[in-house]
Amino acid sequence: MRKQLRLSGSGGQGVITAAIILAEAAVAEGKQAVQSQSYGPEARGGASKSEVIIDDKQIFHPHVKNPDFVLAMTQKAADKYFSDLNPEGILILDDDLVPNSPDFKNIIRVPITKLAVEKVGKTLFANIVALGVLAKITKLVDFETIKKSVANRVPPATVEQNMLALQIGFDSVE
Amino acid sequence: METRSYEKYFRQNRLPHLWCPGCGNGIAMKAIVQAIEHKEGWTQDNTIIVSGIGCSSRASGYMDFDTLHTAHGRAIPFATGIKMANPELNVVVITGDGDCTAIGGNHFIHGCRRNVDLTVILFNNNIYGMTGGQASPMTPLGKKATTAPYGSIDRPFDACKLAEAAGATYVARSTAFHVQHLVKMIEDGMDCKGFSFIEAMVQCPTAYGRRNKIGEPAKMMAWMRDNAVMKNAWDKLPDDKKTAEKFPIGLFYKAETETYDSAYHRIQEMAGVTA
Amino acid sequence: MSARLMQGNEAVAEGAIAAGVRFFGGYPITPSTEIAEMMAKLLPKVGGTFIQMEDEIASMGVILGASLAGKKVLTASSGPGISLKQELIGYASATEIPAVIVNVQRVGPSTGQPTAPSQGDVMQARWGTHGDHSIIAISPWSVREAFDLTIKSVNYAERFRVPVILLMDEIVGHLRENVELPAENEIEIYPRRAPKISRAEGYEPYAPDEDLVPNIANFGEGYHVHVTGLIHDETGFPVGSPKVTEDSIRRMHEKIERAADEIIEVQQEFMDDAEFAVVAFGGTARTAYEAVLNARAKGLKVGFVRLITIWPFADKIIAQLAKKVRGILVAELNYGQLVGEVQRAANGACLVKLCRKYDMTIFEPEEILASIENLVAEVK
Repeated sequence: MRKQLRLSGSGGQGVITAAIILAEAAVAEGKQAVQSQSYGPEARGGASKSEVIIDDKQIFHPHVKNPDFVLAMTQKAADKYFSDLNPEGILILDDDLVPNSPDFKNIIRVPITKLAVEKVGKTLFANIVALGVLAKITKLVDFETIKKSVANRVPPATVEQNMLALQIGFDSVE
Repeated sequence: METRSYEKYFRQNRLPHLWCPGCGNGIAMKAIVQAIEHKEGWTQDNTIIVSGIGCSSRASGYMDFDTLHTAHGRAIPFATGIKMANPELNVVVITGDGDCTAIGGNHFIHGCRRNVDLTVILFNNNIYGMTGGQASPMTPLGKKATTAPYGSIDRPFDACKLAEAAGATYVARSTAFHVQHLVKMIEDGMDCKGFSFIEAMVQCPTAYGRRNKIGEPAKMMAWMRDNAVMKNAWDKLPDDKKTAEKFPIGLFYKAETETYDSAYHRIQEMAGVTA
Repeated sequence: MSARLMQGNEAVAEGAIAAGVRFFGGYPITPSTEIAEMMAKLLPKVGGTFIQMEDEIASMGVILGASLAGKKVLTASSGPGISLKQELIGYASATEIPAVIVNVQRVGPSTGQPTAPSQGDVMQARWGTHGDHSIIAISPWSVREAFDLTIKSVNYAERFRVPVILLMDEIVGHLRENVELPAENEIEIYPRRAPKISRAEGYEPYAPDEDLVPNIANFGEGYHVHVTGLIHDETGFPVGSPKVTEDSIRRMHEKIERAADEIIEVQQEFMDDAEFAVVAFGGTARTAYEAVLNARAKGLKVGFVRLITIWPFADKIIAQLAKKVRGILVAELNYGQLVGEVQRAANGACLVKLCRKYDMTIFEPEEILASIENLVAEVK
């Protein structure tokens, strides 16, 4: 059942946190998961990429090859990280931040950051909106499990807003 | 008759020491044990002597306590570890001018900044003695050293001012000539909870005095006698009388500030310590 | 205990607490900083002490002082910081002060690629400090093993009174994966060694016990111990004699050499019918393992050999391996360091080839597989 995901964007968009929460949810359901990341020296604005592998068997090599799902939150990330997608995989793009769709068959465009700003009030929640989108599209982990993982990870004062963000993301795609 | 009760603080089988005839280090070392002797509750079992590297730092080997002869410049970090691991222990650091203010300079200012409860005694002989007389950060301007054969152009540190500025809560200076005063300065430093710094000026006839034609040990001590000015008198001294040779001795600074181990104890409580 | 997602560096901190470490001195450096951050949070809860020092040297000094005062101690850093600590790693070696030094390796030399993985400190771990000295270095390949080997490092440091290097790499340090940690009663702890006789009975702090390791009293226990980096005899006091110098340096080596068979741990898989073997360690071994699986799927008789103990080096095991197989491939994330040791131990009994990478990215299984295929072709 091995499934591979790559979450990419720029530093500060929270793609690493989103990947960690997804991996935590998979582990909570008794699956095997590894999460790794690569990032530049910048705390904000540099290229940022995080990968998650979920399997029911032990995972050795920790890097993703031919991912089943790629999330890109910037044009640069989309252009850079879609190329080795599994041909049957899905590329998920932030509708506003990735104006030009790469040449790929299965693309889902979601106004992730716009939804975070307009419905939750801050760009800060874009990663959790994205996580809701991923939960719906990937069907790797039960949505209730992801809810619990989000609640465990985010600061207590922001749980309500994060739950809203997650639901908005989940509901934004079919 | 003098009782020489302080002799029990020395490892008799490790004496005589390796210092040159006329060296001031022995005087400063004896002043430390006399100060310890006067301190109620300070025993040979609960007092730790930590030193760096250099002539001064050989003192730890002669003193009958748990003693630690560390690496060059590193006495204060080791001492910090001992104190923080077991705050019940009394920790005394013996260091030299090169050890403390050159290679160990960063550790020195940060020990002061944290206000770790240590008593640090700097044996200032103005030179690297053990390696044969190289210039230290406390070699006075114009004085000669093997690495400053034409005279030093590096402006020297005033270690007392450095300690005070960096946050030490007790700062004093004395000399190997003013023995009773030196004992008192060290003893008061031990009384003070926090980072106590005492600069003990000691004569180095071999590596410093000889090269700078200052003369025999007795003459070097006479120079200390003639040029040291007690702090109270120094403060009243007109500026034109404060010549390059003259220097103040006594207590320069004292403050009560929370020690590092006490502050960390608060952190443990905030974290909900269970063990 | 149920499974949870944990980062390698976090597992080191958890392992340290479980091993009884109660003192940490550190300085921030990528990619090891999470260890210091976790220790800052965890140590005060258990009555321990965390201190952020002014530099890497002081971080090493402060833990050695704390160790002498009776605490189990650990520090963590990465290549450049470990270079700064080397002076006092030598001091710890000479004075036999137990201490664990974690190196989460990154690309070097110098600032290099601070956030990227490398295994370029293999030789630094062994020979980074000055002078003749013995050392133990062990390297985990998973998050769970980072926890286990941290405990083992602390136990070795205490048992042999030697600095122990936990040789991590960025791959394992920053990797998060599912782990189940052992229960407290499943963890073995080696206690601080204590004097067996009193001062009155003639206690000498550096007199070796039967295992050649001295039972040095902690400071503050009334033994009036003298500790010095000068060569010293059994009393602990400096002696300028050729005999004492030789005896002292020999004992420091022999206390580890004697226990080498026990210290040296190597994982071997698919070796029964193996004609070739891939030798790897740390994070790279995860990729090497997949490469071996892929080679097996192609019908190549390849075995997998993972060095858990890096130093002392697994001379005997590699010598036996070299006699058994026709070729060994050493996969390491550097320009070639461990391969020299493997070649020395193999002593010409089989072909030893290097599969190296030093471009700040980790191996892909295909790259190691290609090297396996080249090795097979070269031998046949």
